[in-house]
Amino acid sequence: MMRERTVNGIVLAGLWLIPLTAWLMGAPFTITLATKVAILALAGVGLNLALGIGGLVSLGHAAFFGIGGYAMGVLASHAQAFDPILTAPFEWSGTKSMPVIWLFAIVAGALAALVIGALSLRTSGVYFIMVTLAFGQMFYYFAISWPAYGGEDGLSIYVRNGFPGLNTLDPIQFFAICAVVLMAVLWLVSRIVASPFGLALNAARQSEARVRAVGLEPYRLRLIAFVISGAITGLAGALFADLNRFVSPVMFSWQMSGELIVFVILGGVGRLFGPVVGAALFVTLEHWLGGLSDYWHIYLGVLLLLVVLFARGGIVGALARRDGHD
Amino acid sequence: MTDVLSVRGITKRFGALVASDDVTLTLRAGEIHAVIGPNGAGKSTLIQQICGALRPDAGTVHLMGRDVTDLRVADRARAGMGRTFQVSALAMEDSVAQNVVLGAVGARGARPGMFRRAMADRGLRDRAAAALDRVGLADAAQMRVAELSHGQRRQLEVAVAMTLAPTAFVMDEPMAGLGGEGSKDMTALLDRLRAEAPILLVEHDMDAVFALADRISVLVSGRIVATGTVAEIRADAGVRDAYLGETP
Repeated sequence: MMRERTVNGIVLAGLWLIPLTAWLMGAPFTITLATKVAILALAGVGLNLALGIGGLVSLGHAAFFGIGGYAMGVLASHAQAFDPILTAPFEWSGTKSMPVIWLFAIVAGALAALVIGALSLRTSGVYFIMVTLAFGQMFYYFAISWPAYGGEDGLSIYVRNGFPGLNTLDPIQFFAICAVVLMAVLWLVSRIVASPFGLALNAARQSEARVRAVGLEPYRLRLIAFVISGAITGLAGALFADLNRFVSPVMFSWQMSGELIVFVILGGVGRLFGPVVGAALFVTLEHWLGGLSDYWHIYLGVLLLLVVLFARGGIVGALARRDGHD
Repeated sequence: MTDVLSVRGITKRFGALVASDDVTLTLRAGEIHAVIGPNGAGKSTLIQQICGALRPDAGTVHLMGRDVTDLRVADRARAGMGRTFQVSALAMEDSVAQNVVLGAVGARGARPGMFRRAMADRGLRDRAAAALDRVGLADAAQMRVAELSHGQRRQLEVAVAMTLAPTAFVMDEPMAGLGGEGSKDMTALLDRLRAEAPILLVEHDMDAVFALADRISVLVSGRIVATGTVAEIRADAGVRDAYLGETP
């Protein structure tokens, strides 16, 4: 057994070395796959804060992923058509700037999570799963029936949005942006988990009564965690839309929520790097097995079953013992 | 002098069952007040109402003269009620140190910080370490709660309550499941603790109750049938009939 930090270091090294090698060898598609891993991992890291630490099994995180995607789609589609999104108090035709889009994606994801969380956190267990699923489906059908932004067909953005000082059309540069964002968020989440708030959130998952007895309200802790989680997943959605230069209601689908849960479970529930490993494995399997058979999900299912049955801590849990906590 | 904790006329009905029937009791500074009673007497229901997990149909709970009847569990804890559970309620996957630090976090206020490392915070750690030291768990600080013996978990429950520096302890059967040696240790611990804050002690272990209590209230079928010193309760024929006779 390795230390969890060692495993995390290896994962991070792999995340950077594989696309850099591909870049040197002139294999842009591999870089794109690595970018997809970084973005999906980011969404998974967001979910993991709610699910892994908070114990909130949300089957509606696609809502935040989709909101981030549409934040990008709406802002960029106006910008590319020079079609004002605002006329008063000033005229504004959206933006093609990633940092501004991210800000909107984060705020929109957080606000949606605040509303969805405030209502669904009044329930727990299977009811919580169902309520979050219902909210996710509401967003899905809303997106489908919103003709102004493509409805069922989605929205195409012709040129990837820009980042000051970088050429985002170059795959390795866009990868670097996504990987740096992922690392920044991993650092932030690790700080939150180690903070007094994180300690209390983690304890509330294990014993609500204990947390109340020391004067803390589990609902409040969970709502804050859910909002941060939604903001992170929203940011990931904006990046995902930029990767594909395309947004569609599929980002809101419950299958998307399910995939995020699969990343977390495969990699290791509550483990900082769990979603990174889970997303990497998922994208790799999708690529390799998807080339062999359209029914590659069968193999994914077998793997998921094995992990759930024999490695409750996911792949990170199977490789690493938990690190000390001081 | 005002009572630290005062329960006045608490009544709770579940359908036809009257679980608490006009219960009035007080906890004075420096004392251990034990509540005893046979199974089903309504001890747990009473404690839940005192701590805020259950709303009484009638009656009030005052802590240091302040009406806390409408406060929720967490608010009452911050108001100064340090409770322990009959069945240990601890973060089992976390370390002993993390569990006591959690108490220290709660003692700081309802909004735990998000950016400093909890386990590196000197204020939290000192407070936690002092509590562990008092209950004799300092050596086990780095162990996971799941690895602790039952007796150690009971001690940890008390340690977490101590980190809150409560104005009153409310303890639900701290001796539950402890063997002879464990009971003796816990009795000694509670005896030292009364100097810090008075203890409302709901307990089945009669040896412990008679060793510790300054006053005893006997709860039978939701009613307090007698309140008095150890000697008075021992001498009370009604109490002997209702309760003591059954468990010598």
